Amino acid sequence: MARVIVVTSGKGGVGKTTTSAAIAMGLAKRGHKTAVIDFDVGLRNLDLIMGCERRVVYDFVNVINEEATLNQALIRDKNCNLLYILPASQTRDKDALSQEGVGRVLEELKKDFKYIVCDSPAGIEKGAHLAMYFADDAFVVTNPEVSSVRDSDRMLGILSSKSRRAEQNEEPINEFLLLTRYSPERVKLGEMLSVEDVQDILSLHLLGVIPESKSVLNASNSGTPVILDEKSDAGQAYADIVARYLGEDRPHRFIDDKKGFFRNLFGGK
Amino acid sequence: MSLLDYFKTSKVSTASLAKERLQILVAHERSSKNQPSYLPKLQKELLAVIQKYVNVSQDAISVSFEQDDDQETLELNITLPDSQVKGI
Repeated sequence: MARVIVVTSGKGGVGKTTTSAAIAMGLAKRGHKTAVIDFDVGLRNLDLIMGCERRVVYDFVNVINEEATLNQALIRDKNCNLLYILPASQTRDKDALSQEGVGRVLEELKKDFKYIVCDSPAGIEKGAHLAMYFADDAFVVTNPEVSSVRDSDRMLGILSSKSRRAEQNEEPINEFLLLTRYSPERVKLGEMLSVEDVQDILSLHLLGVIPESKSVLNASNSGTPVILDEKSDAGQAYADIVARYLGEDRPHRFIDDKKGFFRNLFGGK
Repeated sequence: MSLLDYFKTSKVSTASLAKERLQILVAHERSSKNQPSYLPKLQKELLAVIQKYVNVSQDAISVSFEQDDDQETLELNITLPDSQVKGI
C-alpha cells in the first residue's frame, strides 16, 4: 500500500523542504519508489534543493488542469532512479490547486509509488491545507524555538480536525516530531529548549533530531539533498530518521553534546 | 557543566522561561480551539438582552464551552449587581 507523508510545520524557514528532499531521497535509496511533490504554488523551491530546476517543463498545476500527463511532469532524480520530483507551479493564482485535482493526482501516483512525500508550504492557507489533507503520516518539522513550537501545536490541531482521515472518521494521521537546527551545546547552557521540553509541550513521537549543521547550507548550495552527504551529521541524522520511519530501531545520536572535554572545560561555543 | 559555567552567576535560563511561556500558551490555545465559532456572538447578544433589563457591565457575563468524551456543556455565568433591577 502506498503511503502519503506530509512534511509540515506551520512556521516558515524551519526546514520543511530540506527535510522533504532528504527523506524522499532516503526512502528511494532504501529501495522504495518515491515521489516528492512541492505544494508551494507560486514559491517553488524543492526543485532547487533537489538540483533539478533546469529540467522543469511541466508542473503540478499543469497535471491538475490536464495540460500535461503525470509522466510528462515527473522529473526523475539524477542521483537515484527510484526518486521522482513533481515541481510546483510558479503561477500567482492562489486557487490553482483544487482538492479534487490534488486527490486525483495522488490516487494516480499511489498506483505506481510506495511513498509520496508532500512538501507543504508555510502557513495554514490552501496549499498547506491540501498538502496535509490526504496524508497518512505527518512529519512535523519544529525548531527548538517558541514561535516554531507554537505553530507546530496549531498544525497538530489542524491535522487532527481538518484532514480527510479526520473528516471521514478514519484512523488519525500518524504524527511524528522532527526537531531541526538543534544545538546540544546551547541546550546545555540553558539557552535552547531541549528535546524533552519540546516533547513535553507537543506530546509527539520523536522521529529524530537534526543538529544545526553547516552541511545543510552546503547541500542546498549544490542542489543535492543533505542525506547524500553521508559524512555529515545532518546527513546521518536524516538517514536515521528514514530507518526509524521504516521500523528500525536506531539510537538517537545527535541529542547530546559530543564536543571534546577541553572544549567543554572552557565553555566552548 | 564547564569550569567557567561554575563561576557564572546563576540565573533562570532562557530555555526554561521559553518552556513555561509555551506551556501556558499552548494549554490556553488548545482549550479555545474546540469552542464553537458562534460563542463570541452568542455572548454579545446575550449581554444585549440582559442589559435591557439589568444594568450589568461588559464583563459580568461569561460563556464557556467544555467538551468531555460523551457530552458538551455550555456554561453561562451572569453576575448581577446588588439589587439594581430596572423594573420590568
